[in-house]
Amino acid sequence: MARSVTTNRKIINTAAAWAIGLLIFFPILWTILTSFKTEAQAINDPPIFLFFDWTLENYSVVQERSNYARFLWNSIFIAGGSTILGLIVAIPAAWSMAFVPSKRTKDILLWMLSTKMLPAVGVLYPIYLIFIKLGLLDSVVGLTVVLMLINLPIIVWMLYTYFREIPGEILEAARMDGASLRSEILYVLTPMAIPGIASTLLLNFILAWNEAFWTLNLTAAKAAPLTAFIASYSSPEGLFYAKLSAASTMAIAPILILGWFSQKQLVRGLTFGAVK
Amino acid sequence: MGQITLEKVTKSFGDVEVIPPLDLTIEDGEFAVFVGPSGCGKSTLLRLIAGLEDTTSGKIVIDGNDATEVPPAKRGLAMVFQSYALYPHMSVRKNIAFPMKMAGIDQAEQDSRIQQAAAALNLTDYLDRKPGQLSGGQRQRVAIGRAIVREPAAFLFDEPLSNLDAALRVGMRMEIGELHNKLETTMIYVTHDQVEAMTMADKIVVLRAGHIEQVGSPLDLYRAPRNLFVAGFIGSPTMNLIEGAEAAKHEATTIGIRPEHIDVSAEPGVWSGRVGVAEHLGSDTFFHIHDTGLAETLTVRAPGEVSFRHGDTIHLNPRADQIHRFDAEGLRMS
Repeated sequence: MARSVTTNRKIINTAAAWAIGLLIFFPILWTILTSFKTEAQAINDPPIFLFFDWTLENYSVVQERSNYARFLWNSIFIAGGSTILGLIVAIPAAWSMAFVPSKRTKDILLWMLSTKMLPAVGVLYPIYLIFIKLGLLDSVVGLTVVLMLINLPIIVWMLYTYFREIPGEILEAARMDGASLRSEILYVLTPMAIPGIASTLLLNFILAWNEAFWTLNLTAAKAAPLTAFIASYSSPEGLFYAKLSAASTMAIAPILILGWFSQKQLVRGLTFGAVK
Repeated sequence: MGQITLEKVTKSFGDVEVIPPLDLTIEDGEFAVFVGPSGCGKSTLLRLIAGLEDTTSGKIVIDGNDATEVPPAKRGLAMVFQSYALYPHMSVRKNIAFPMKMAGIDQAEQDSRIQQAAAALNLTDYLDRKPGQLSGGQRQRVAIGRAIVREPAAFLFDEPLSNLDAALRVGMRMEIGELHNKLETTMIYVTHDQVEAMTMADKIVVLRAGHIEQVGSPLDLYRAPRNLFVAGFIGSPTMNLIEGAEAAKHEATTIGIRPEHIDVSAEPGVWSGRVGVAEHLGSDTFFHIHDTGLAETLTVRAPGEVSFRHGDTIHLNPRADQIHRFDAEGLRMS
């Protein structure tokens, strides 16, 4: 007998899901609300939830003080560039590991993942020195390469998992059907791999977009993306919560919108391998 | 034309030899079945012929040409997989068209062959569906459709029916048999089910641990199994094997007699025993008989409905001309 779900149970589950969802979303909501307050209301005690004088002043101040478009462009360039570069490197790598595994494949995968366990600050100094030597400090190209390398293990792992889900017999069937390697990749493998590649692309884009450690340490004025843009508003001269919130909202808005429209792909990406 | 010859073919995975040197010829137009228990190397053998595995040594000749080094795409063989292996993102029509597209056949010819195949396989109404929307039997028919449109030199079937339920399996068995009669193309069929082998094959190849135990027509194997393994593997229910004094009477180490070659009676006969389980099928009755002093259980088939009950004493008369004799090595004695 199937487990019966009573109406009561459904209401409780729904309410619990909403409560957890709101709890997770609350900091972002609070940031967005604060961005519409005056500085005085922003630090008011007790905090004001909804009934304050809504104002767009913070946004215009932020816009005046810094060039949002340039930060935005840098973010898009760095996140997009590192993702595409990463896919170019990772697709053949994951492909060969998934379809022509050797005895060492598992070790290589684990080793790649182990680099993610290293605290980033541990390699900051050498990378910083390399950047100085190569003249890459505060350049979008340098940052793109570093972010690509940082996220490469995750891209390879995700793609490897997706490729592994493609049954080998289907590729063998294509071979029996007279497909050359080129046709096999073009007509059979790629269409089956595209959903996985799309999820990987999206997730990696978001990871790179939100990356703060390297972007803050390796950029100054020229190549700074939106993470640096936010940080510039938490200055030692004093905290301007409302303006900081406005800057944060402007920084997360594009990725929030992207995330909203690609929810399905993202959920698949985040739970990869979990559900067959 | 589709004659396939294997000459001293071997296959090893690492240090493990899966196929020891093996010679085999499958004639053009023949329906050959590779049968054996799991792990006997029958699927590996098929994959070697397909080219999906490389031979370790030896030669594979297809139609007189050495195909050992030819990639699977160029061998001109079609394969039907156990998992169907349909392309999930393509409609049934595109699945069937795929090998023709790869061969560069023009669109009009493709369409007419698709129509023919779909009509023959009852798929006409499903051509625009995706494989995910089909039942198991329909998927298997699409896989067969995809194989026949390219007019291959030979068809290779890798346990194509084992994912289907019993009723469907019998139906598909007949369809594949009819397909063979119609196309008269060489077919090589791998199964672990001896009933499939017996009902479909022109030639059965019984394999064990990569060795060919016997090659022959279904009736050859039934009437004259070359050794104890084939004797036990072919036939359903399996042959009764008796050792000891009773075998010695026939100057053999082991004697075998099939359940259908023992007559039952209530009157005293050659052997006797006590009825254990009785399976009443209507057309036949199978008795499993204990306490015969010959073997733990003897299985006997009586035609029609015979009324012995559990615990009854039953008398058995083996037909003398149907007794198979095997020597100490388990080989058949003439």
